[in-house]
Amino acid sequence: MEKIRSSKIKKEKFQRLVGAAFSLFPLFLAANIFFILLLKAFPLLTFKSLPSLIFSSAWQPVKGQFGLWPFILGTFWVTITAFALAVPVSILTSIYIAEYAPDQLKKILVPVIDLLAGLPSVIYGMWGVLLIVPLVGKYLAPLFDTYSSGYSILAAGIVLAVMILPTIINVSVEVLNSVPMALKEAALSLGATRFEVVRYVVLKKALPGIVAACVLGLSRAFGETIAVLMVVGNVPEIPRSLFSPAYPLPALLANNYGEMMSIPGYESALNLAAFLLLLIVLSFNLLARWYLTKLNRRTG
Amino acid sequence: MKDKITSNPGPGLQRRKRVEFVFRALMLTSSLVVSLSLILILVSIIWKSLPALKLSMITRTPGSGYYLGKEGGILNAIIGSLQLTLGATLIALLIALPAVIYLNTYLRSKSFLAEAIRFALDVLWGIPSIVYGAFGFLVMLFFHLRASLLAGMITVALVELPILSRVMDETIRLVPAELKETAFSLGANRWQTTTRVVLRQVFPGLVTAVLIALGRGLGDAASVLFTAGYTDRLTTSLLQPVATLPLAIFFQLNSPFPEVQQRAYASAAVLTLLILLISLITRSLSRKLSRHKIY
Repeated sequence: MEKIRSSKIKKEKFQRLVGAAFSLFPLFLAANIFFILLLKAFPLLTFKSLPSLIFSSAWQPVKGQFGLWPFILGTFWVTITAFALAVPVSILTSIYIAEYAPDQLKKILVPVIDLLAGLPSVIYGMWGVLLIVPLVGKYLAPLFDTYSSGYSILAAGIVLAVMILPTIINVSVEVLNSVPMALKEAALSLGATRFEVVRYVVLKKALPGIVAACVLGLSRAFGETIAVLMVVGNVPEIPRSLFSPAYPLPALLANNYGEMMSIPGYESALNLAAFLLLLIVLSFNLLARWYLTKLNRRTG
Repeated sequence: MKDKITSNPGPGLQRRKRVEFVFRALMLTSSLVVSLSLILILVSIIWKSLPALKLSMITRTPGSGYYLGKEGGILNAIIGSLQLTLGATLIALLIALPAVIYLNTYLRSKSFLAEAIRFALDVLWGIPSIVYGAFGFLVMLFFHLRASLLAGMITVALVELPILSRVMDETIRLVPAELKETAFSLGANRWQTTTRVVLRQVFPGLVTAVLIALGRGLGDAASVLFTAGYTDRLTTSLLQPVATLPLAIFFQLNSPFPEVQQRAYASAAVLTLLILLISLITRSLSRKLSRHKIY
């Protein structure tokens, strides 16, 4: 009996140790990604200052000029366009799903959003090439009296907007559903219309969570690669309008990362680009998640 | 008083009703836009793929002159994608399962370590897959590997790991404390409680998590771009490069030949079909398996 118990305890100890090792892996991995990219970006920083790399717009790797500003601006513009398009649509849709939609309609809308979330980015990119690029080039650009090949910030923004819809909608619906029924009933009993309930009660309670949901969508948009790469044109210049092409950071990485060995400093520059991208995405992402957890703790 | 309510329910009721109507119309339009985008995506891909959708597409590897529009199919990419994703999901599961069990068995949910691990997983989830691709490439060089099935599998496993762990973690956390306490009271230790009671209870959730990760891995192109390589042949060893569907689509679409572009559409249809299949299985499975849940 004693022997059995001691072997059981030993086994338990062993399992505990193995589990601990595995569960520390995410911490180890996150730290590793961060430091390895920084380390690999470092050689360039020893002979060029960080501001001169970030704010210079001269990108000529062969001449040793690695100005990342066009790429940073490109990332910024594409993401902001997508964000501006996606936010109103997704907030309205999530309010509809959470507060208005009859059950039958919900049964259609929820799977639709799940499917949108599951589609691979290369499919979105192909859709962009097939429909959105011609739409922008042939119909939207002439409307504003400009010429555009269609491969533009606007096209990338539209495609990206559809891609981040599910993220924002899913989180927003969850937040909206957590608003207590009693609050809504109280407002209704005072004679408020349903819109007034949404406007003065539900949104008041849920707005911080919805903002966090949007920021989460934003952080996804920053890092999206293949779909954007396929429709954005990839010209390393400072973009002038929504109809001009751009070259976001992820596209820069995707196009050049594999074959960067021969030119001195190139490897470092690309790793710096990856590190900057990581930094931008993570700061938005963590801000949103931290805020959502805080909200969760207060309500539940 | 009563009279007043029925005849004059309040100031500006007409206006308030109009606002309600406009708001409702806006919401319906938005929902319609969302649904229409999905329909447009699916219809345009199916429509475009129809001319190239032949059986040889999915039963043959690219022949000579395939990229000039001659005979062949994308069997290499289909098989390659399945090999890569299944392998990657297996690796991710082998890391995630012990980690999640440990997290929920031995650590208190508010302890510093548990919070730190969950935070790290959130961080990892937020990292874009292109950064994983870059990281995977650096690791690959460090170990003197070339672009291969193994390197691709490891990179995709890293992409899937946070998704898998967090979804499983959330399911396991929902198990009621009474269930665990019952097991403890019968003399089971923590390990037994977790593996024989808790995991059995949340099994449908775990399967769902695996399928979600699988779908994500199958469609991810950015992480395999530098790590998995590409080949026209079937991959038979871990150290050979491997073709994947997303990259097959990407490369064929960039071709100047219309026949090859059409095949890109057909490949996209195949990939979409696979993804739809996985999500359908997920849905029906989680419904079927949760029938025997206790609570």
